[in-house]
Amino acid sequence: MATDTHIHSESQTGDHAEHGMSTRGYVNIAIILALITALEVATYYVDFGPFFLPSLIIMMVAKFVIVVSYFMHLKFDNKIFSFLFYSGLVLAIGVYVAFLATFHFFIR
Amino acid sequence: MADTTHAHHTSTGQSNVKLGMWMFLGSECLLFGGLISTYLLYRGRVSEGPTPSQIFDIPFTSVSSFVLLMSSLTMVLAVSAAAKKDDRGTNLWLVVTAMLGATFVGGQVYEFTAFYNEGLGFTTSLFGSSFYTLTGFHGVHVTVGIIMLLALVAINKRSKVPGSKAETVEMLGLYWHFVDIIWIIIFTLVYLIPV
Repeated sequence: MATDTHIHSESQTGDHAEHGMSTRGYVNIAIILALITALEVATYYVDFGPFFLPSLIIMMVAKFVIVVSYFMHLKFDNKIFSFLFYSGLVLAIGVYVAFLATFHFFIR
Repeated sequence: MADTTHAHHTSTGQSNVKLGMWMFLGSECLLFGGLISTYLLYRGRVSEGPTPSQIFDIPFTSVSSFVLLMSSLTMVLAVSAAAKKDDRGTNLWLVVTAMLGATFVGGQVYEFTAFYNEGLGFTTSLFGSSFYTLTGFHGVHVTVGIIMLLALVAINKRSKVPGSKAETVEMLGLYWHFVDIIWIIIFTLVYLIPV
C-alpha cells in the first residue's frame, strides 16, 4: 500500500511539473538561449568598447534567469522553492563579493 | 490543484523531495561561488606556464557550451514527457541528454589534455590549479548527472507503471539544469572575460 501511495504521489508531482510550457515554448526558449550565447561569443571577436563587460554580465544573468525560470519551472512553481534557491544564491554572492573585496579584487 | 493533493503528505503542502533538492541546489551555489571567486583571484597569477589568453580555445569551448545548453532543452523535454506518463519519450530524451552531456565531458577531457600538452599542469601556477579545480568540479557534476540519467533510464524500463518515476525525472532535471547554469557563469567569467 505504501508503494501505491508513493507511485500516486510521484505521478501527481509529474502533472504538477507539466504546468510549465508546451514543447514549442521550450524550443523557443532554447533558440533564445542559443542566440544570446552567439552574441556572447561575438563579444570576443567584435570590439564592444566600454559596453563589453556590462553586456557580457547582462547576457549571463539573462541566460541564468531564463533557465531557472522556464526550464527549472521556478516561475510557475510555489514561491517556497524560489525562496530556498535564491536564498542560497544571494548568500553565496554576498559572501564571495565580500571575500573578493577583502583581497582588493574590485580596485585592481 | 497539485498543492492540495500534496497537502496531506507534507506540512508545507509541497513534495519534501523537491524541497530537499532546491535546498541542495541553493547550497551548491555556495560551493561553486567559492570555486569561481578563487579562480577570479588567481587567474592572473602565472609565475610559469601559459596564461589564460594563450591557451583558451574560444570557438571550441563555445561549441561545448552550446551542446550543454541544448542538453537542457532535451532534459526539459524528458521532464515534460514523464509528466505526460510517456515513458518511451522520457527514456528517449534522457538518453539524448546523457549523450549530449557525454559530448561535453569528452570535450572537457580533450581541452584538459591539450592544455596539459601546452604546459599547464595542475601545479604549474595558481591559475592552473584554480582553473582545473573549478572546471574539474563542474565536469564531475556533469559526469555524475550522466550516470544518474542512464541509471534512471534503466529503472524506468523496469517500471510497470507509466509515469511512476515522474518526480525522479523532474528532480534529475533540476540537477541537470543547475549544472547548465553553473556553466553559463563559468563560460562568461572564465573564458570570455580576459584577465
